[in-house]
Amino acid sequence: MTSIARVIITFLFMTSIATAPARSDNFIILQSTTSTENSGLFAHLLPLFTKKTGIEVRVVAVGTGQAIKNARNGDGDVLLVHDTASEEKFVAEGWGVQRHDLMYNDFVLVGPSDDPADIAGEKDVVAAFKKIAAMKTPFASRGDDSGTHKAELRLWKEAGIDVNAASGTWYREIGQGMGATLNTAIGMDAYVLTDRATWSAFENPRNHAVLVGGNEKLFNQYGVILVNPAKHPNVRAAEGQTFIDWLLSKEGQEAIASFQIDGEQQFFPNARQ
Amino acid sequence: MQYALIQRDRPDRPSVIPVAGKSLVYGRDKRTIIDNVDIEFGLSPGIVVVLGPNGAGKSVLFRLLAGLLTPDGGSVSWAGMPPNRARAHKIGFVFQRPVMLKRSVIANVEYVLAAAKVPRMDRPPIARDALEQARLSEIATSPASSLSGGEQQRLALVRALVTRPDIVLLDEPTSNLDPGSTAAIECVVRRARDAGTRFALVTQDIGQARRLATEVIFMHRGRLLERSSGESFFRAPRTLEATAYLEGKIVF
Amino acid sequence: MQDLSEAVTAALQLIGSLNPDLLEIVALSLQVSLTAVAIAGLIGLPLGAVVAVARFPGRTVVITLINALMGLPPVVVGLFVYMLLSNSGPFGVLQLLYTPTAMIIAQTILVTPIVAALARQTIEDLKVEYDEQLRVLGRSPLQQTATLLWEGRRSLLTALLAGFGRAIAEVGAVLIVGGNINHLTRTMTTAIVLETSKGDLSLALGLGFILLTLAFMANAIVMLGGGVRAYRKREAGF
Repeated sequence: MTSIARVIITFLFMTSIATAPARSDNFIILQSTTSTENSGLFAHLLPLFTKKTGIEVRVVAVGTGQAIKNARNGDGDVLLVHDTASEEKFVAEGWGVQRHDLMYNDFVLVGPSDDPADIAGEKDVVAAFKKIAAMKTPFASRGDDSGTHKAELRLWKEAGIDVNAASGTWYREIGQGMGATLNTAIGMDAYVLTDRATWSAFENPRNHAVLVGGNEKLFNQYGVILVNPAKHPNVRAAEGQTFIDWLLSKEGQEAIASFQIDGEQQFFPNARQ
Repeated sequence: MQYALIQRDRPDRPSVIPVAGKSLVYGRDKRTIIDNVDIEFGLSPGIVVVLGPNGAGKSVLFRLLAGLLTPDGGSVSWAGMPPNRARAHKIGFVFQRPVMLKRSVIANVEYVLAAAKVPRMDRPPIARDALEQARLSEIATSPASSLSGGEQQRLALVRALVTRPDIVLLDEPTSNLDPGSTAAIECVVRRARDAGTRFALVTQDIGQARRLATEVIFMHRGRLLERSSGESFFRAPRTLEATAYLEGKIVF
Repeated sequence: MQDLSEAVTAALQLIGSLNPDLLEIVALSLQVSLTAVAIAGLIGLPLGAVVAVARFPGRTVVITLINALMGLPPVVVGLFVYMLLSNSGPFGVLQLLYTPTAMIIAQTILVTPIVAALARQTIEDLKVEYDEQLRVLGRSPLQQTATLLWEGRRSLLTALLAGFGRAIAEVGAVLIVGGNINHLTRTMTTAIVLETSKGDLSLALGLGFILLTLAFMANAIVMLGGGVRAYRKREAGF
């Protein structure tokens, strides 16, 4: 190799090392979901916490199922997801210290503007689900054990529809995060259940729009849990608890409420004071 | 110390035979290629030319003697001792097709000197001197791959000679070369011979054999049929097969 | 079509403004992949050369295995390394999960078979050509291997480039072991996944263009390296 090539490659290498962020030792790993990350909530919220405490929060944003599994493995210090049943099980089995209500938002049923199943404006989301099943119009499911997925399955159960039998026909299990599922749903003109915050922040809506929303059955509760240091000694319990305390405090709750997309609040703090 | 490619300080008779084979047997695929051969090279000065029809086993014999092939039977000795990697530079070898290293001409020579454990400081002057004697100095820093076929073979010859071997084995070194390059190679060989280097040469070129042979060995079907001085062989070969060969007839 | 033109615009804007976030993820991608290729080279080149030159029982099996490992799915490697480095795993105590080091480890595992397999083939082909000449000079198998590695340097460099191409373009491994953490383990490919999931397809494509340009530049540098040397020789009249 010529000296020129050597110089360029060394330069690139050195630059890359130089611009790599200095790793502070004061951090926690937060296992959370795509809705909180992709909506931009964390980008708004976390710098406020870091500024106050100097603790860096490293977010691993995956589906609820994966986040819980990672936390169970001890690969996170704090867990922030939105599936109350799984969260309570997590704590009951000893993997988490305590579960706290943190905030809520809601799900919305999104679909193509021409609305072939005619569900726009339905007051009861379960009725809308029944219509979709009856018309056999395409429906895209997360299919990934996430909070959104579990909420969706609860609604199908209440509607009395066996979606397993229909899987692969009009009911399509995408098996990915919210964003990828939305992309796919839009691409195949399907209905899809999503949390409002992710939808508001989503930049590729094409002809899709919110068709059903504001139903109390679409309530979406987020919880936060400290991973149990008794099970995993590596957990940064002190810093993790600092973070949780901040989130539940007046300051943290106000920070959550102040997050907006297009002038609209996305997450509603409801920690017990 | 002047380290010459063409050495003038060689003794007339080495005290031990540079390369010898005893009761050599070699076969492949149920065919016998070398059939119980006793041979020695390098005892007397000059060039021993090995002649014979295709399939006689000449190249295989050279490879056995150089340690490139292992005999099925019998043994090879170098200066009275078994072949040994550390003394490989004592047997020079030039192949029909030269294999050049992807570096400059002089680096090719220095590589061979390094393999012969010549001290690092001595390699450049020795290499330069050797190239000078072979008339390759002008292209010393060119990549070896850019040389013509004749120049590459001359370089291969330099590589074989530069480590002061007891004997140099040449396996059809000019078969692929034009007459001009052939003459250049023969010139270097002759000068080295005159200075005392021993050679053994396999060739299909009867004219070349006549020009260069001090002695001739005639091989046929894995056996040595004749060995005599060059002059007497070409005047009056003793065997039918050799006679037929010299007349250009196909010998089976 | 609209996405495509927006993508080009997005890419140019990012580059033109020397967007610091962009520089950060480009730097990390290069750092991870270049380091992985370097380590893979240190392991794979001698490994491939030794397998090419040595003869031992089971050699064919080893060669088949190395060749097959070229097709390791990145996401599988990611999962495997994750399980090793997880706090529930054997090497959890090293606390390497969700760091660039973990990403380097995963990519090294991906790239080493490629380098080893291509090196093996190159050296084996060279051995056929050089074998008799090197042996007649008394070179030991180790010395022959070293010489062949140098003689084959152009093809071996291409093997390294192939490894680099694989590393810089993969996302499955670095996503799982790195966690795509902002300002820490976000590379070009994981950023593309993120922007796609946010629906910002133009930006995702734009990043894709930049990634392609990077890969192209890396190859061009190496090609030029050989070309400049040849040009200089011609000028010197050889």
